[in-house]
Amino acid sequence: MSAAMAAENTVAEGRRIGDVILDLQGISLSFGGVKALTNISFNVREHEIRSIIGPNGAGKSSMLNVINGVYHPQEGQIHFRGSPRQKMDPHQAAAQGIARTFQNIALFKGMSVLDNIMTGRSLKMKCGLLRHALYWGPAQREEIAHRRKVEEIIDFLEIQSIRKTPVGRLPYGLQKRVELGRALAAEPSMLLLDEPMAGMNVEEKQDMCRFILDVNDQFGTTIVLIEHDMGVVMDISDRVVVLDYGKKIGDGTPDEVKNNPDVIAAYLGGGH
Amino acid sequence: MLYREAGQFKTSYSADQQIFPILQDRYGYWVILAIFGVLVPMLASEYWLKAILIPVLIFSLAAIGLNILTGYAGQLSLGSAAFMAVGAFGAYNFMLRIDGLPFLVALILGGLAAAAVGVLFGLPSLRIKGFYLAVATLAAQFFIVWVLVKFPWFSNNASSGVITAQDVVILGYHFDGPQAKYVLTLGVVAALALAAKNLVRTATGRAWMAVRDMDVAAEVIGIRPMRAKLVAFAVSSFYCGVAGALYAYTYLGTVEPEGFNLDLSFKILFMIIIGGVGSIMGSFLGAAFIVLLPILLDNVVPAIFGNALGAGFASNLQLIVFGGLIIFFLIVEPHGLARLWQIGKEKLRLWPFPH
Repeated sequence: MSAAMAAENTVAEGRRIGDVILDLQGISLSFGGVKALTNISFNVREHEIRSIIGPNGAGKSSMLNVINGVYHPQEGQIHFRGSPRQKMDPHQAAAQGIARTFQNIALFKGMSVLDNIMTGRSLKMKCGLLRHALYWGPAQREEIAHRRKVEEIIDFLEIQSIRKTPVGRLPYGLQKRVELGRALAAEPSMLLLDEPMAGMNVEEKQDMCRFILDVNDQFGTTIVLIEHDMGVVMDISDRVVVLDYGKKIGDGTPDEVKNNPDVIAAYLGGGH
Repeated sequence: MLYREAGQFKTSYSADQQIFPILQDRYGYWVILAIFGVLVPMLASEYWLKAILIPVLIFSLAAIGLNILTGYAGQLSLGSAAFMAVGAFGAYNFMLRIDGLPFLVALILGGLAAAAVGVLFGLPSLRIKGFYLAVATLAAQFFIVWVLVKFPWFSNNASSGVITAQDVVILGYHFDGPQAKYVLTLGVVAALALAAKNLVRTATGRAWMAVRDMDVAAEVIGIRPMRAKLVAFAVSSFYCGVAGALYAYTYLGTVEPEGFNLDLSFKILFMIIIGGVGSIMGSFLGAAFIVLLPILLDNVVPAIFGNALGAGFASNLQLIVFGGLIIFFLIVEPHGLARLWQIGKEKLRLWPFPH
């Protein structure tokens, strides 16, 4: 009994926060004259759930796009796993183990759930064109090996019954879940979630929260989360960074952020 | 009632990932292959083989090529006929200039030449999309035909660029009769269709469809959109090239560059629109439909109206029906005959119950 409890504790300890793996320093990003981000610095520790919050247009999604290489900041330094990062494209970020979901669902509408999640494993598949055309030996074995991994994710997300359904036909909440599955298929070390719970009802939100916590707990995946539901953010985050008009106005544990006067002003208006 | 999958349980992923997961479909596939591979060459008349079955097969192959590019990878192209021309003239020149080159090798080399040209004209797709890309491939259509006419080297200095295909000999056997040519065409088309099906159900095909549906997301999960697009252009042009070579060697015998004009490109485009965009099966259905429809109209119209309408009207009627059908399919069933076939099968699985 006590041994089991001890084991449980070490699992929990194992998840607990490690060293800084992503360090952003003085990031500034502008599109022409529009400043999306101004001199933002924060870091993400291994295994933590790090939330980015802020009003609409604060630059949260831009921040994620900077992290996985869709946007290139004009100023600032990014260190990932200790080494400074050069200008890179999203493909390289994916190769380094950064996966993400999108604010507006970005699934491949014409493909089945299974195929969508299988695309998440693209980087791990090595067979070439000719072998695919023959579908013989290595190509078939590779497809089946990856199918097995994908089925584990399908089990984890409890979407077995819809695996052959084209994603375009699924309701919104399930599509969000499939998108999470596609990101998980890459077995990322860092997962960027852009409003995974937007537009969901309470039950769907609870399910999604459970999945996020399970991913973090079971796989030790570091999670960077953008979310508008403050209840969720305050509940599941280890640390929160607050952006407003492209500037950082708060950073710390949920409690610290909640009592930060700048954050209160940003959310409730300056006069209070 | 007979078309049920009840009791067919999949116990392995390889069983679940078959091309035809339903047993009856698998039997049906072999039955159809046996009919077209054995019975048809024995029973069909020379007219049917030469004027209908061989062109249907060849156009199916070209349609598969265009479907890979447009249906799966989402890149619009109006240059299919030009890539067919490259395949035809490529195979002709390889046969002509390399002594003792086996026909099948020349066929593949012709396809590879088309693939190389296809990649070249696919480069604009890295920057432009949709209609603008269609216009860029239109340039390929006119440029390639112009080059083949302009430089007599390609047609071995024949006047007006007409080439006469050499005899087809494989392992000492002369493929000269319509039966032999039909069987050869069927073999090549069936093998390449299977390869295409394999491509679209594995990682290559998923990369194409991912780029088609949402290229930003594809890049974020580690697919290289540029590579996927160029591979699609290469494979698509290879298929068109082989189709073009067969067009010269097993169908017409003599071809000229102007034969591979924009009309032919549009014809192939109509085949995939009517047959089904993004479906290998649809490529066959569309090709059969487009080849058979004029013949059907030629026979049906005089039977109904007699000769009262005149020959000119009959050929115009063909165009009217064609145009009408394309508009009909675009509005009612954008996924074409293949989708109707699929709906029919789903209904059949439940029949006679409503759901």
